[in-house]
Amino acid sequence: MNKNNPLRLAVDIGGTFTDVVLEKPDKETISHKLLTNHDNPEDSVLLGIELLLDKGGHVPEEVGVIIHGTTLATNALIERRGARTAFLTTRGHRDTLEIAHEERFEQYDIDIERAKPLVPRHLRIPIEERIDRDGNVLIPLNPSSIIDAIKTIDTYKIESVAVGYLHSYVNPSQEEMTRKLLTSYRPELTVSLSSEVAPEIREYERFSTTACNAYVRPLISTYLNKMHEDLQKKGLTCPFLLMTSGGGLTTLETASKFPIRLVESGPAGGAILASKIAKQLSQDSILSFDMGGTTAKLCLIDRGKPRISRQFEIDRSYRFKKGSGLPLKIPVVEMVEIGAGGGSIARVDKMNRIKVGPESAGSDPGPSCYDLGGKNPAVTDADLLLGKIVSSKFPFDLSIKNSENSIAKNICEKLNISEVDAAYGITEVVDENMANAARAHATEYGLDISLRDLVAFGGSAPMHAARLGEKLNAKRILIPKNAAVGSALGFLLASSSYEVVRSRRMNLENFDSDEINKVYKDMRKEAFSIIDQAAPGAKLRETRQASMRYCGQGHELNITIPNKILTRENSKELRNLFESEYMKLYGYGIERVNIEVLSWSLTLMEDIDLLLPEYKAREKTSLPEPSFHQRFFDIDNKEFIDIPVYERELIDPSNIIEGPALVTEKQTTTVLPTGFNLHVDKLGNIVMEKKNA
Amino acid sequence: MPELPFSLKNQIIWDRLIAIVEDQAQALVRTAFSTTVREAGDLSAGLFDSKGRMLAQAITGTPGHVNAMAASVTFFLDKFPLESLRKGDVLLTNDPWLGTGHLNDFTVVTPVFNDNTAIGVFAATSHIADVGGLGFGADGKQVYEEGINLPIGYLFEEGKINETLISILRTNVRDPDAAEGDLYSLASCNKLATDRLLETMKEFSLENLEEIADIIINRSENAMLAEIRQLPEGSWKNSMRIDGYDDPIDLNCEVSISHRGITIDWKGTSSKKPKGINVPLTYAQAYSSFGVRCVVGNDIPNNSGSLSPITVNAPYGCILNAPRPAAVSARHTIGQMLPDVVLGALDTVVKSGVIAEGAACLYGPVFYGGKDFILNSSSKSFVMNAFYTGGTGARPEKDGLSCTAFPSGVRGTPVEITENTSPMLILKKEYRTGSGGIGKYRGGLGQIIEFTHLNKESFFVSKMFDRIKHPPRGRRGGHDGENAKVYLKHGKPINGMGRELIEGGMTLVLETAGGGGLGNPDMRDPESVENDKRAELIRTGIFSRVIRVIKELLV
Repeated sequence: MNKNNPLRLAVDIGGTFTDVVLEKPDKETISHKLLTNHDNPEDSVLLGIELLLDKGGHVPEEVGVIIHGTTLATNALIERRGARTAFLTTRGHRDTLEIAHEERFEQYDIDIERAKPLVPRHLRIPIEERIDRDGNVLIPLNPSSIIDAIKTIDTYKIESVAVGYLHSYVNPSQEEMTRKLLTSYRPELTVSLSSEVAPEIREYERFSTTACNAYVRPLISTYLNKMHEDLQKKGLTCPFLLMTSGGGLTTLETASKFPIRLVESGPAGGAILASKIAKQLSQDSILSFDMGGTTAKLCLIDRGKPRISRQFEIDRSYRFKKGSGLPLKIPVVEMVEIGAGGGSIARVDKMNRIKVGPESAGSDPGPSCYDLGGKNPAVTDADLLLGKIVSSKFPFDLSIKNSENSIAKNICEKLNISEVDAAYGITEVVDENMANAARAHATEYGLDISLRDLVAFGGSAPMHAARLGEKLNAKRILIPKNAAVGSALGFLLASSSYEVVRSRRMNLENFDSDEINKVYKDMRKEAFSIIDQAAPGAKLRETRQASMRYCGQGHELNITIPNKILTRENSKELRNLFESEYMKLYGYGIERVNIEVLSWSLTLMEDIDLLLPEYKAREKTSLPEPSFHQRFFDIDNKEFIDIPVYERELIDPSNIIEGPALVTEKQTTTVLPTGFNLHVDKLGNIVMEKKNA
Repeated sequence: MPELPFSLKNQIIWDRLIAIVEDQAQALVRTAFSTTVREAGDLSAGLFDSKGRMLAQAITGTPGHVNAMAASVTFFLDKFPLESLRKGDVLLTNDPWLGTGHLNDFTVVTPVFNDNTAIGVFAATSHIADVGGLGFGADGKQVYEEGINLPIGYLFEEGKINETLISILRTNVRDPDAAEGDLYSLASCNKLATDRLLETMKEFSLENLEEIADIIINRSENAMLAEIRQLPEGSWKNSMRIDGYDDPIDLNCEVSISHRGITIDWKGTSSKKPKGINVPLTYAQAYSSFGVRCVVGNDIPNNSGSLSPITVNAPYGCILNAPRPAAVSARHTIGQMLPDVVLGALDTVVKSGVIAEGAACLYGPVFYGGKDFILNSSSKSFVMNAFYTGGTGARPEKDGLSCTAFPSGVRGTPVEITENTSPMLILKKEYRTGSGGIGKYRGGLGQIIEFTHLNKESFFVSKMFDRIKHPPRGRRGGHDGENAKVYLKHGKPINGMGRELIEGGMTLVLETAGGGGLGNPDMRDPESVENDKRAELIRTGIFSRVIRVIKELLV
């Protein structure tokens, strides 16, 4: 970014909408939301960019960088629309992808279906080869089994190949040789190796990640390259970077090779936005809360950073339940996702309890009030009935009559309660579900959930944020400016980064520092070669982590370790680092037991800190007049009252609004309950705080 | 905070209690040393009120703990009434008849104090890999041979660890660090749950749990009874013959349904055996009721209320109510068969029909080797317990699941984990073609697994395998699944139970059973047959026809 091309663009392709945000040199942003063209998603992107440039009176040459995030890889996986993929694997282990964990993820439902593997059995090809746990070759790769594989590849017109051999995370040579042989016969084939995509122990997870990568690779690489060409044709010749699920930016080349790292880029963008807000407001602990139509995502941010894990599961097809999807070992912003959104359906269970979700009415037919034929009461119906939605700001007409009818029929009749009580019950239960998920997530990391700032974005979040905040004893509730394009805003605040990982199991009692120093040297070289393309010549920050556990345990903790050449004596230091984290989580350490490291990782990150623009304080102005008043159910007094409705853009930083009130903007309504005050801070966030708190 | 309407408040508290025990279980998984807990989910966690009534229990991999844990807490409170406990006390036992059926399962109970009053307890159970004795296996003749047995007593007394107990335990087991670590893990998950419960009670201004307990228990019991009352009244019988250790075992059950509940009676079942496959009653009760719960009230949470309408009886002295000092280490091999027997009895009772018989057995070989076990070996000793599954029975309207645990919910052990924790080498682990019983809906496939020693040393394997002589039966015209097999590659078959020396360089082969089919095979949708052929899931051509003819002749 320099004087000649000072503009920055972010593009986020979501399931329904494509968001484009243009950042001007003064950090002010303008945005545009348009429907995603599912056949040619690049068309929506180009159109959006063109519209925004026009709107701001700019030319393409002024743009210094384009940052792109997309759900295309995710959608292709969920809808099973990827390439015809073959999976070459160690002979005798053809079914690893399908045998998976051998478990039923729902104990009491005998009708469950396990996730269908992306590569069917007849395309899982056994290869004669075998490596042992220490990396020794027990059976050398037999080239004739590769020749046989090519026959199958030709017969079934395979477009993409994944290779996953046992223990390839210690010795990748036979996988590499396989690629060499395959491409010497069929140069046009793209080959994904498990030792490159996810070089970690546990064959199912590694193979699953590799198969997913291969499955979306032709699609994503074609899409990205076409998009890049189109952008260049339009005069947008600036660098083109991709947002990854781990929250870092990467190049087109790396993204085309490892497209699986692009899933969850949208949520990662949201987490970055929340992190920056945390940092700029000097808040150590934040809970970011994104609630859309189908799910809610909650992410803990501590010391200004979200947690990055290497465990993710895509396409949880059974009630978002763990185990019902496909596991991915990729760097990903750690968050918890539950089936709680505006479309979540409410019902009464056999114990006469109101239950909400995870089934969702989606957007078609949607909640009853959409009047598109939905007969089930959804969270949005309850919100509407309670007066939490300003209907006139909704993109289309809502029928409150339908909401009343569906709630009456499905809830009131069964429980013999009033419609208002039922609606209140629905919102209370969905808020409690989200609070429970947040508590469980915090417990998992030994963190405190209370006294955090809650940063809420996504269409449904501002209606539920105050009550959720109350349940979690949040300090304040923040609704960022432009919350509707939060992910794309986050892209603009991200920096380039790349993570590399290697499995080297090591007992700290026999710490081989030479081996680890060598591993780190290799990893740094690999990470640098990639980061140097994304951010040439940038100042870099390096983070090293080791996944450690007591010998004999099965769950590892990721411990940040010092960036230095290690010696044998450092094993004591590593032990102390692990033990203090373990104590924090579980309250005790186990003196007599040795500690082992399973894998070592290194992240290189561009060392810059992009910030959100701040607003200068202005003269005190008087409170704006409410646009109108709306009937709203006051929970504390259990009655309907008329409350004022304010336009968000008319609220000045010097104003303080007392609840109950509603604040509206494009796409959403913020509910300010009784007992809360609201103001706008220097970053343009809506801030809600409990009075006298 | 706004005051919630009475009923809504209770619902929220109830949901919260369930969330707390789920967290308790997750904390246990994350800190466990035992592979069966952390990789396979062999654990349980629950909350009980001051009267010992179970209010909530986490859903984990082991239905065998469901009723067993509820019964266990009653035994704890009989010996140590709540009033006698002080802050910081933590109790434990691994007695099979007071806990969950074998010595490997340690149950830890922690009282919860609100101010100075004990208002309930948290209990947690986990499977500790080694408890000394003969080791996990079916070879014991009496429980005394199976390892250390700790009666109900203190693990912590007023916050102070019972050092005597710990040193007795450490002296008697093969992996003292793991055993000690797992006890801490149990105590700490209870602690975490206690803190969460006290916060919740404060938030909702609760003094004790009795009022919410009454609501949970009454509503769950009523919901369960309402489900049962939709079934016809009467009695239905079923029986199953399984391999057992030396001689076959008959499991006979009679399921009686009335408006007051369901009674399962195991009279006529074989008597106890002088081998480690006997089942203490609480464990038999757990798996029997799980069978019912698969088809009746499966969405009602587990608590004293939902458990009470189902009664399970087994004559004293039979293998399902084996008294002390029977050997019980491998009690799961029998216990896991019970749901299929109960479901079989319900086939005509439940409108939609029930699942066909599956492998049911969890194939969990324990491998031993190295210098402590093998003459002239100089390599490091090892013990490795891995888990593998067979196929489930075909389901009404669906094929069975291949290589999937049922009724146990545990996970299989990854090849790379087994090979990294032991010198075992797994040459093969894949679907066993043709093992699922054919039918309108096909049974799930079993798998074939080949084990050898990386350095060609001899090793021991302890086996607890069933369904070798008696395959899972098909239902309503569906064919049987293939029986399980254990043998040396290019060599002789091996017994399904007991410990065996595998000579250096030999390869042990385990083929797990396939599930039974459901309905007439001729009714199978042709596209499914094509898919099965292309994926080589079924045998094709002349061979399969011959097998079919032979099977029909045998029937």
